Amino acid sequence: MTYDTHTKVQPITSGDALPEDHAPVLASSQVMSGAEILLRSLEAEGVKIIFGHPGGAVIKVYDEMHRINPSFQHILVRHEQGGTHAAEGYAKATGNVGTVLVTSGPGATNTVTGIADAYMDSIPIVVFTGQVPTALIGNDAFQECDAIGITRSITKHSYLVRDVKDLARTVKEAYHIARTGRPGPVLVDLPKDVLLAEAPFQYPKTVNMRGYAMADPVRPEKLERAARLIAESKRPLFYVGGGAISRDAPQHLTELARHSNIPVTTTLHGLGAFPEEDPLSLRMLGMHGTWWANQAVQHCDLLIAVGARFDDRVTGKLDSWAPHAKVIHIEIDQSCISKNIFADCAILGDVQNVLERLRPLVKPKDTTEWLQEIEAWRQECPLQYGHDGKLHAQGVIEQLRNKSGGDAVVITDVGQHQMWSAQYFRFLYPRTHITSGGLGTMGFGMPAAMGAAFGMREKGLSRPVICISGDGGFVMNAQEMSVAAAHKLPLKIAVINNRFLGMVRQWQELFHMERYSHTDLSDTNPDFVKLAEAHHCVGLKATTPEEAKSVIDQAWEVHDKPVLMEFCVEKEEMVFPMVPAGAATGDMITDRMTPNSFV
Amino acid sequence: MSETLILTPQQIIRKKAAGEPIEPDENEMVHSHTIVVLVENSIGAFIRVVNMFSARGFNIDSVTVGVTEDPTISRMNIVTVGNGRIISQVLRQLSRLVDTIEVIDLTDTDFVEREICLLKVAYTADTRSEILDVNDIFRGKVVDITPKTMMFELRGPSPKIDAFIQMMASHKILEVARSGRVAMQRDS
Repeated sequence: MTYDTHTKVQPITSGDALPEDHAPVLASSQVMSGAEILLRSLEAEGVKIIFGHPGGAVIKVYDEMHRINPSFQHILVRHEQGGTHAAEGYAKATGNVGTVLVTSGPGATNTVTGIADAYMDSIPIVVFTGQVPTALIGNDAFQECDAIGITRSITKHSYLVRDVKDLARTVKEAYHIARTGRPGPVLVDLPKDVLLAEAPFQYPKTVNMRGYAMADPVRPEKLERAARLIAESKRPLFYVGGGAISRDAPQHLTELARHSNIPVTTTLHGLGAFPEEDPLSLRMLGMHGTWWANQAVQHCDLLIAVGARFDDRVTGKLDSWAPHAKVIHIEIDQSCISKNIFADCAILGDVQNVLERLRPLVKPKDTTEWLQEIEAWRQECPLQYGHDGKLHAQGVIEQLRNKSGGDAVVITDVGQHQMWSAQYFRFLYPRTHITSGGLGTMGFGMPAAMGAAFGMREKGLSRPVICISGDGGFVMNAQEMSVAAAHKLPLKIAVINNRFLGMVRQWQELFHMERYSHTDLSDTNPDFVKLAEAHHCVGLKATTPEEAKSVIDQAWEVHDKPVLMEFCVEKEEMVFPMVPAGAATGDMITDRMTPNSFV
Repeated sequence: MSETLILTPQQIIRKKAAGEPIEPDENEMVHSHTIVVLVENSIGAFIRVVNMFSARGFNIDSVTVGVTEDPTISRMNIVTVGNGRIISQVLRQLSRLVDTIEVIDLTDTDFVEREICLLKVAYTADTRSEILDVNDIFRGKVVDITPKTMMFELRGPSPKIDAFIQMMASHKILEVARSGRVAMQRDS
């Protein structure tokens, strides 16, 4: 066994040809530095934008960037964590792979949260980290850290490039791994001497990784079995996750659901996969999902899971979840199948392809009775909040929804505002809802929104980009505001300020006898308007519903810089309905009056 | 590996609801599994496999690694324990790693499993012949001898090594080195 993270020498022979390669073709085998090879490889990969921060180990890359002026844009972020979240936001909004370039040591460690976030939410990003020269690795050199080791369990794959001759192939493989199958983050560690060394450059056309096989084509019998289960079911339900969006399957899903009259509930990441104004939409399920969606899960006899992984925030207590349902699980990642919930019919494959092939096998169903039952649940416990003339977070989100007509990209941070956004925004289109679901990273929203805004600009879309954040999470990466301002991004930032770490406060109220330990932020919150102005953004503030409306109207008139709208909302608002962590989905708390029996 | 034998709590509930019998041990039976993993021959690939076990909370009883007839491929032999559901997760998680080329669960096949053990024991004139007798019974080899100590080499299935060490335990064992298990399927 050789002590090398990446020694496999493979002929570049076959593999799946990818639909890109639009890059300027260089004279083949031109000799250049590793740093330039990296940049040329990114060009060849069709990269349009990278988020980065320079430092000693990658200074050569920045030098070459200055010299050759590559075809992609480099965005200088103000913190590497912001860079990774920006790459995530960009990737989610566009469907492209996000790219991050940082230096060694602290540059690499600062990306860790973003990488973990991308891993949990299956977001394709490639992170290039500088590394000390190969001769110094392991010597506790200045700004050295074992980036590969630190990120091993939060990356889909990682590479340490020890020979400049492997660099172009490694970049090719990294992008291939990040975007195919279940997408995820890939880290490429680049020792300084490799970036300085010279080699002939030729970007490979294909990849050949014997250990990285794509799923076999789905056998027709499997699809027929699924179609049979659908035909036999009386109360079928689609349960749709982020996998449907990342594989661009929402249209196929929508067609199949409407064709078969099967209602659809989505996870947090599935929002936008199915228009929430469609009568068949039950909106979101799970811990803060709608009462009717969760009731439908508990009563359905067939659950068709599409690109979803039965997360604990969806299922709650596993052994009482969907007790009557047979499960069809359409999924690209084999490790998700029967991990939490047994799949009676597991279909391992590309979601889009499976739905497309399933459609002709499924006959329209009469689900009128089932839909009526669901409608009764919808009437029984609608989403609601106080209309008492005070400013409520939910009201702010509804106002933002009304202003944009739903045609906006909404990026949220993590906490109460995130759940209210999911509940009240009513998403219509895929890739218009971006959030940190799996890892629940506070501080995700602002930089991710910036990344998404760059993505919209790249695609030439005028869809407004709205960042909805809380006063707790926003401060964690507020520094990226000035980057957004420098690039004249017309971001709409809504800071839902309740002077609390609201979601923690909610748990403290419900489950910890109202002991509000260290969740009150009134003393440490900045002046958000001044904070925005200090970052060359517009700062606005509202404390009543009327002011909120006027602030939103003003914000929509600004087109050349970000606008931060601070909404001072009611302090003690809670997110309902709620399934307490680990409780059975049937045991939802629907309002403050529900007996506090979960302590 | 048959999926239908693996029950989740949710499936048990469903079976109960339908009045179907549930074998009491169907879900909970914990078995030792011998898994062969062919990986890229690099330290990174090896660590990724081992790391996956620790990151996901799976057990490893024994792990060995060595290069195969193809110098770019290493063969890992992993012995792990778990019920059917956990083992199927282990196999899936192993398969999805980029560096794993093939994952084979040998447990339900006809396979040969061997381990090698070096054992050093102190002896006196009184115990010498008894120790050598035990060694003869187990068909071990004496690979080193000094006036006070002997070193034995023993090969065989792991239970045989266990038994050998147990027999030697009544004497003064100074050191034991076990290789961990290697395994290969027989051709039928």
